[in-house]
Amino acid sequence: MGIEGIGARALRKEDKRFITGKGHYTDDHKVAGMHHAAFVRSPHAHAKINGIDKSAAEDMSGVVAVLDGKQLTGDGIGNIICGWMVHSKDGSPMNMGAWSALATEYVRYVGDAAAVVIAESYEEAKAAAEAVVVDYEVLDAVVDAVEALKEGAPQLHPEAAGNLIYDWEIGDEAATDAAFDGAANVVEIDITNNRLVPNPMEPRSAVAEYDDAEDHFTLHTTSQNPHVARLVLSAFYQVAPENKLRVIAPDVGGGFGAKIYIYPEEIVCLWAAKRAGVAAIKWTADRSEAFMTDAHGRDHVTKAKMAFDADNKITGFKVETIANLGAYMSLFSSSVPTYLYATLLSGQYNIPNIHCNVKTVYTNTVPVDAYRGAGRPEATYLVERLMTTAARQLDVDPAELRRTNFVQEFPHQTPVIMAYDAGDFDATLDAAMEAADYKGFAARKAESENNGKLRGIGMSCYIEACGIAPSAAVGSLGAGVGLWESAEVRVNPVGTIEILTGSHSHGQGHETTFAQVVSDRFGLPAENVQIVHGDTDKVQFGMGTYGSRSGAVGISAIVKALDKVEAKAKKIAAHLLEASEGDIEIKDGEVLVKGTDKKLGWHEVCLGAYTAHNLPEGMEPGLKEGAFYDPTNFTFPAGCYICEVEVDPDTGVSTIQQFVAADDFGKIINPMIVEGQVHGGLAQGIGQALMEHAVYDDAGQLLSASYMDYQMPRADDLPDFVVSHHETLCPGNPLGIKGCGEAGAIGSPPAVINAITDAIGHNNLAMPASPHNVWKAIHSA
Amino acid sequence: MYETSYHRADSVADAASKIGDEGKYLAGGMTLLPTMKQRLAAPDTLVDLTHIGDLKGVSVNGKEVRIGAMTTHAEVNGDAALQSACPSLAKLAGGIGDPAVRHRGTIGGSIANHDPAADYPAAMLALNATIHTDSREISADDFFSGMFETALNEGEIVTAISFTAPDKGAYEKFRNPASRYAMAGVFVADHGGDVRVGVSGAYSNGASRNSEMETALSGNLSADALDGVAVDAGDMLSDIHGSSDYRAHLVKVMAKRAVAAM
Repeated sequence: MGIEGIGARALRKEDKRFITGKGHYTDDHKVAGMHHAAFVRSPHAHAKINGIDKSAAEDMSGVVAVLDGKQLTGDGIGNIICGWMVHSKDGSPMNMGAWSALATEYVRYVGDAAAVVIAESYEEAKAAAEAVVVDYEVLDAVVDAVEALKEGAPQLHPEAAGNLIYDWEIGDEAATDAAFDGAANVVEIDITNNRLVPNPMEPRSAVAEYDDAEDHFTLHTTSQNPHVARLVLSAFYQVAPENKLRVIAPDVGGGFGAKIYIYPEEIVCLWAAKRAGVAAIKWTADRSEAFMTDAHGRDHVTKAKMAFDADNKITGFKVETIANLGAYMSLFSSSVPTYLYATLLSGQYNIPNIHCNVKTVYTNTVPVDAYRGAGRPEATYLVERLMTTAARQLDVDPAELRRTNFVQEFPHQTPVIMAYDAGDFDATLDAAMEAADYKGFAARKAESENNGKLRGIGMSCYIEACGIAPSAAVGSLGAGVGLWESAEVRVNPVGTIEILTGSHSHGQGHETTFAQVVSDRFGLPAENVQIVHGDTDKVQFGMGTYGSRSGAVGISAIVKALDKVEAKAKKIAAHLLEASEGDIEIKDGEVLVKGTDKKLGWHEVCLGAYTAHNLPEGMEPGLKEGAFYDPTNFTFPAGCYICEVEVDPDTGVSTIQQFVAADDFGKIINPMIVEGQVHGGLAQGIGQALMEHAVYDDAGQLLSASYMDYQMPRADDLPDFVVSHHETLCPGNPLGIKGCGEAGAIGSPPAVINAITDAIGHNNLAMPASPHNVWKAIHSA
Repeated sequence: MYETSYHRADSVADAASKIGDEGKYLAGGMTLLPTMKQRLAAPDTLVDLTHIGDLKGVSVNGKEVRIGAMTTHAEVNGDAALQSACPSLAKLAGGIGDPAVRHRGTIGGSIANHDPAADYPAAMLALNATIHTDSREISADDFFSGMFETALNEGEIVTAISFTAPDKGAYEKFRNPASRYAMAGVFVADHGGDVRVGVSGAYSNGASRNSEMETALSGNLSADALDGVAVDAGDMLSDIHGSSDYRAHLVKVMAKRAVAAM
């Protein structure tokens, strides 16, 4: 390892521009003739549009167009799609309701856009949007998924009778039921996974440019996957053919999943720019719009039970989940509560029989889709709450019950599709218990008691599946896309290197870690390597960044392309040095013949490739190689988190006294960046456990629609995290990388809740464990 | 934000002459400006009071305290004479919002707005303060008339508050977990054995005194004296952060903590 190679704590190359205010975000993009869009949003959760009176708005200063959904669909703009087909257990396809980027007949959540105003300035657009009069016929709304399935509930879409999108199952129900028949003990739990608002620091934004001379569009947008955005905008929404549409995702200030999807606003800005005959249209969400329109996360209600034999071995696990998908099916929404959730229900354990039934439901709320972890936090919360509940019921130590059931041998085929390839669950449990001074807890609890406080300890042994994903496998499960990644390595004549990647960095530090991989390979300074991403005119195609895939899949594509570059460089060097190709070694920026003093500088070999004065017979000039990498399996990061809390019984306030994370992410490129990912993930997971909650009233108004009512975790809510890494290499990719982006958010909520239920002495506690909820729980005992 | 015009007043008389029918006085703007940015308020004129010298500063004369309406929370918090005469109020000011809020927000703006979750109103009640305006003096008991409502007439300007420092005082609050405004803020002040208790954040009609607690504490200034007091939840706010029962409970817990801290 060099100082900037794999394993180095290299400082982030991109931070200079971020911390000096020189980042270039979508809203920073300005062009001549740029107009502004303001959306006319429904104040009702459910209503029929009887008419739209645009006359007053059209007469206002600066207004060039007021457009509605009928005009949009009339121009042939297609409905918004869900890109993953899930079938119900009876074999029928999911019941997908139509979603137009501007509502045509009905609005179905507060914030649903009924019209758009295009004006010369932002202020004029905003003012005119308020002057558009929509004649709403208000209808009854339903916001709760369980209520939405009941007889007589308000109906959202004619395509989805009873608001049911699909009734899906996985696993062998008969075998699982049989396991319960023979069980020595059965442990049951009813839990709710609270609904969350993603809240990236940068709100969503789009700048759509239209060049009428070329009939060409350029879209700057806050996207985690600009290539997928171009594909979908072109192939499904018919905005423009792919060769007439360039999508650029410049610096993006956080995504957490919410910026995977192609939202109505991007579609409308592109369509409206051409229709209104303006050079460009900008729209940037204000924070209220972000709360009201960014896809939310989680929102599951689950009943589950687990069967144990007399030796406390798990023999069966049965799960029934109802998942709220909101008013429309967002891009990956169908896959989150199925293939990203139920396939992880085996946790770190040998469970011979699992059956899970999932019903997904339409409600009059913002669409719900993948949010950091996406299905895997819901699975981990269920499994790990249940394991701790079982330990209490069976009167064994929670660590011992887990250890008794750990998967010890790999590969391990679970009964729910996933085949775990590698791991060492005892190692991370041991490390976390040691770091948490698990043995010393009783003394600390006694000390808290002396101070009138309740102390509790809780653990969570999580596993997740990321590095998504083998294309053929996800295709067989209904995905509309493949989940490979591409890379291109362009070596310049003087030996500096550009890496073009289909991954997209929106906070992950790719410009640093990807450069470290190249630096490690050729012994070049990382500053000689430039990472190019986020522009469909530069990078040919890519699948973007989500599902902790940029390391395991994106870097693997780079490694494959580097292999090709290295092979060609060695051929050239062997020719120039009159040596055998097998004797050539590239090291510390030099190309050497092993065992001799013959060598060339890396730059000399690169220059030779481009002067082409003396290349091997038949070799093409140049040094540029590309690769597509399609993984053979998911990767399986795993670990153990232990949380210790102190609860003030007078107020219900829970204070985290200690949080220990022991993770196995496989090979780590930059430990500092990985630790940052863990810290951020833990903050989000602790946010879900203690603070964050998207709450609607019965009429469908979002009550937690600003930071006045939606509690985000702040630095002083969090302890100093104790983080460690325990490497077992992933056998599926060249560097052995597993992925670290989501683990913190996946593993931490059950650790926190298990700690609080330990402190208060019972399990009747709703998440988030707000002071009010904990106080109620204490007083319900 | 809608279009508005801005006038920087150089005197109280100048301000009063410029306010018009649709204008708003601008103090620190900690509530008004966000409300305007959200297009929920649209005054045609903003008359900025914060540059009027007569409205600024803390003066302490023995136990007599006077604080100009445009004195910022940071200035109240940092005033050495006030820290000596009435440390509880100085400490309260240091716990409002965050540093940015404390360097912009003012005591006059806070009490004139009468956000039920603001900290100062509880203190004004417990300190038996007098609210001075450009036309009269109003006792705190008469000033806070309901949530976001005060005894101020249209166009009337708060110029200062004054009070006689208590023998002892303390303020304890339970913060709303999201906004960190007070969900239950209790100021207890001992005026020679006559104890006054002001409560912010919890009551549905805004800042209020709690006479049961005052009776229990007058003559027995100890946390235990509150054990037998039942705080009526019927008068309390209820929202997604806390039921009225929870708020009633918190008021008692915060009162006990305040008494214990005195």
